[in-house]
Amino acid sequence: MEGLIMLLTVFVLAIYVGFEVITKVPPTLHTPLMSGSNAISGISIVGALLAAGMIGGTYPDLAKVLGMVALIFATINVVGGFLVTGRMLKMFQKR
Amino acid sequence: MDQSIVNLAYLAAAILFILDLKWMAHPRTAVRGNRAGAIGMLIAVIATLLSPEWQKYGGDGIGWSYVAIGLAVGAAIGAFAALRVKMTAMPELVGLFNGFGGAASVLVAAAAIVEAVSTDFATIESPGQMKVATVLSALIGSVTLFGSYVAVGKLAEFLAVKWKLYTWQKAIKYGFNAILIASAGYYAFANDFGPWTLLSVACAVTMAVVLVQKKDSFPGGNALKLIAFVGSLVMAVLVVMNAGDSSVIGPENQDMFWALVAVAGLLGVCLTFTIGGADMPVVIALLNSYSGLAAAATGFVINNNVLIISGALVGASGIILTKIMCKAMNRSLANVMFATMGPTADTPDADEVYKSVKSTSADEVAMMLETAERVCIVPGYGMAVAQAQHAVHDLAGLLAEKFGAEVEYAVHPVAGRMPGHMNVLLAEANVPYEELKEMDDANSTMNTVDVCIVVGANDVVNPVARTDPTSPIAGMPIIDVDKARTVIVIKRSLSPGFAGIPNPLFSMDNTLMFFADAKKAFVEIIAAVKEG
Repeated sequence: MEGLIMLLTVFVLAIYVGFEVITKVPPTLHTPLMSGSNAISGISIVGALLAAGMIGGTYPDLAKVLGMVALIFATINVVGGFLVTGRMLKMFQKR
Repeated sequence: MDQSIVNLAYLAAAILFILDLKWMAHPRTAVRGNRAGAIGMLIAVIATLLSPEWQKYGGDGIGWSYVAIGLAVGAAIGAFAALRVKMTAMPELVGLFNGFGGAASVLVAAAAIVEAVSTDFATIESPGQMKVATVLSALIGSVTLFGSYVAVGKLAEFLAVKWKLYTWQKAIKYGFNAILIASAGYYAFANDFGPWTLLSVACAVTMAVVLVQKKDSFPGGNALKLIAFVGSLVMAVLVVMNAGDSSVIGPENQDMFWALVAVAGLLGVCLTFTIGGADMPVVIALLNSYSGLAAAATGFVINNNVLIISGALVGASGIILTKIMCKAMNRSLANVMFATMGPTADTPDADEVYKSVKSTSADEVAMMLETAERVCIVPGYGMAVAQAQHAVHDLAGLLAEKFGAEVEYAVHPVAGRMPGHMNVLLAEANVPYEELKEMDDANSTMNTVDVCIVVGANDVVNPVARTDPTSPIAGMPIIDVDKARTVIVIKRSLSPGFAGIPNPLFSMDNTLMFFADAKKAFVEIIAAVKEG
């Protein structure tokens, strides 16, 4: 239970930090902010790595396969997200 | 590597993500922000691979090779999509990535529950928390995945459209449905048609039926939305309370888990299917927020702080964007999600409103532009469809060069199909950042504009929003183009915008209609200006 409360505390504080940090975003940056934050949500790659890493253990094949597919999706999200955001921002800057 | 060092690395990654979002809010620091985020992600991945938890099982050769393949395949697909996508297809890509984020969360939760069932729960410290988190991860993740599929389908125009589809559109639309039903059928066979598996199959079939509809709305749509919503909640509670004891995770949880994913998927489909057009930016921003919350829920499943922090940050940023979008339409989120937009009994007849419409030609427009000192261009979704952004920029450059005119762009926050859509397109065409005016700034100087060119926008320039309190768009902030000396509206026909109401701007004394495809119109005007 204590562990859960700690995690909840972190979650709520992080939401507040999010609201404070992203206060006023100019419309030009709405799309990059969205695709950039989307890349961050690809952090589930950590969970996917842990799940796919069970491959070496005695876990059921299903868990390994699920972890593997999750890893591919999360990696697409991370790599694609950061690259496309960078591409857009470069476009805004090239003048 | 010691677990405490791994946790410190996660902390560093979390700080870099916070800096990413902070710097992303200003044009000058945005590039630095994106880099910070990417470095943070790299740190998180390396720390995970070096963590004792991963090394225990994955540290041998097999683990490494599997992970290497997964990372390589994902990176190749992601990089290809990101570097090849056209700027006009950006809303689809962002929607797709949202969906993948949701999918990853569902799958990680699924792997966790499969693992928990197989290990006899001995390794789970707090099964109650794990179950609740797994349920939330599956619920939010599945809504995000299927909601995003519908959003992408609507943006790429292969879902809910009346016209004939191209072969590739058909392949995606029917292929997706076929995969959906086939996998549900396979799953049912493999599980001897248990009650929960049958529920999954029923949901998959219902989704497939909804997804072949050719209209946004269908009979019983709202009822289905409600059933899916209540069903998701009931399933969520059932998975947690299985056997009446939240501290037990049994094999049945696994079947119920997939049933929950299926019902939540149906909810995602129903919620998004009825939304379209100008409401699309809200949906995309909302799904963005969900993908973050799903990642945070996954963090609770595997007890990982960095997932919780990053997920919460993304959730917050998505909510902020959603709020901005709703405010720009003067509508509540509930209204966007559940109400249908359309003409009311008080809506004036289009023929009556359009009695005195005057149409114009490229030559006439060119003549007016010759003497114009201040020109304002108002882009809308029509410019994106026609891919006219380059032609628009060419004309602006020509006017500045030839007549010394001052040209600016007035961009409405919800113009287009995702937040900031128009800004991205105009930036692609090399329009300088300073020439892009926000709605309020543009309105404050609109009465000094000689010629205002509206290209493919409709509802966001409809003066009815100011004048008629009974109209569906009453009170929505608009760009006051009617206050410019002359307004030229480039539009293919007099058909209504998303709100389904006529626009009296088109028949005002100072308005001229140029009926043409946006790109063609600009090319013609450029030619006429060069000749004149």
